Amino acid sequence: MPRSITPFLWLLFSAGGTVAALLFPIHILLTGLAVPLGWVNAPSYESVLGLVRNPVARLYLFVFVSLPLFHWAHRFRYTLYDGLQVKHLTALIVVFCYGTALAGTVMAAYLLWTIP
Amino acid sequence: MQPAVTLRVTRYRPEQESEPTLATYEVPYRKDWVVLDALNYIKDTLDGSLSFRWSCRMGVCGSCGMKVNGSPKLTCASFLSDSLPGPIRVEPLDYFPVVRDLVVDMSDFMRKLKKVKPWIIRHDERPLAEGEYLQTPDQLDAYKQFSMCINCMLCYSACPIYGLEPSFIGPAAIALAQRYNMDSRDEGAPERLEILSEHDGIWQCTFVGECTKVCPKHVDPAGAIQQYKLTGAIHWLKSLLLPRGAR
Amino acid sequence: MSAEAHYTPYHPRWYRRRVSVWWWLQNRAYAGFVLRELTSVFVAFFAGVTLWQLRTLAQGPDAYARFLACLGTPLFVALHAVAFLFVLFHSITWFNLAPKAVVVRLSGKRVPDWVVVGLNYAAWLVLSGAVALIVLRGR
Repeated sequence: MPRSITPFLWLLFSAGGTVAALLFPIHILLTGLAVPLGWVNAPSYESVLGLVRNPVARLYLFVFVSLPLFHWAHRFRYTLYDGLQVKHLTALIVVFCYGTALAGTVMAAYLLWTIP
Repeated sequence: MQPAVTLRVTRYRPEQESEPTLATYEVPYRKDWVVLDALNYIKDTLDGSLSFRWSCRMGVCGSCGMKVNGSPKLTCASFLSDSLPGPIRVEPLDYFPVVRDLVVDMSDFMRKLKKVKPWIIRHDERPLAEGEYLQTPDQLDAYKQFSMCINCMLCYSACPIYGLEPSFIGPAAIALAQRYNMDSRDEGAPERLEILSEHDGIWQCTFVGECTKVCPKHVDPAGAIQQYKLTGAIHWLKSLLLPRGAR
Repeated sequence: MSAEAHYTPYHPRWYRRRVSVWWWLQNRAYAGFVLRELTSVFVAFFAGVTLWQLRTLAQGPDAYARFLACLGTPLFVALHAVAFLFVLFHSITWFNLAPKAVVVRLSGKRVPDWVVVGLNYAAWLVLSGAVALIVLRGR
């Protein structure tokens, strides 16, 4: 077995960074700005639900939430280390960052599994 | 035409002072002078006790690295005319212990450089009778950029991670490891990956990217480290998924 | 010789400066780096918003309507505007640095950086267009 899972966490970070770079701007623009500000008409509840029922869309949403959370966990962890010089809190920071990402991943899986 | 330019130079004389101080010198301005020429003028005519390293004056030896106006530079390649009207601030490289004035101790870098085995490693040397190891232009191209390093340590001085985590092996040493990994004659990549996957190796880097920007030889250590991370990650996946023999 | 200097011949007292906690404010490049790393906070924020959206979607039309109303409040519009700018910064830095991390070789020759960067931006445009089409189609 490999000694350290750092390479794996870095792969998650990279994959998540790529997903966020490619997809987050348009989603934030649509969901966070265009719809609330009325630039476009809000898709109806039924149409969004219909979309999410599609298995491909569920997989898409799972990847969309999970990988970027791991991207955040990795980047934020090192930003805390370097920016605040708090390396002595390593254990706490690691549990907080990757724990949050893991919790979000489990929650995404649960929600996408249970949506009717 | 400016007749003179002011240099503000860090002095540190451990037998006299416990903290570095600042000295101000006026040197004549000449448009073909670099900062190193100005420092030599100070040493020759104004203050013979000023200490700094230099050798070749032409960007090959890597001895005269200092901070000029806040960024790590080869002083032999920093023209006075680029910093007019002055004053020009000259400091020792960051993150290395200062021995005296502008001279830093480089033994940490030398130790790290040796640690990554920057030489060609072969399982079996070919007998001389079989001739030289030939390389195609493409094979040369794969590592040539990384072989341009002159060990001037500007990249260490630009790397905040090295400052925060002095155990970090650092930009130049990793780029030089990559220089030998990418060499078609070398067979030492697994050994080096082992060394650089350790705690103080490639995974410390957070890709600030300043090492690449300050490199006077366009070596791109930041690129070398990220490419090394990808290699390390792929190796990790393989070691997880494949049986021992197939790696 | 000053009082606090302790100099022994052949054992020089080296001077080491501690890195300031504010090192990342010392120059523009370091500040840009920390700003780039902090884009991840807004990435996590929007991943959270998406989770929230999925939860209200599962709870039914009323909960979903409340979710939409909440996103319309000035607080959330402002948060999303800031998040959008940060995520845009993330995308641009990510694409521009991509060719450094991933070297693509075609028949032994390194593909020029601008081609790799260009392909990233092209994929970004195509995917963004596709997402907009799919999300807005079923109005």
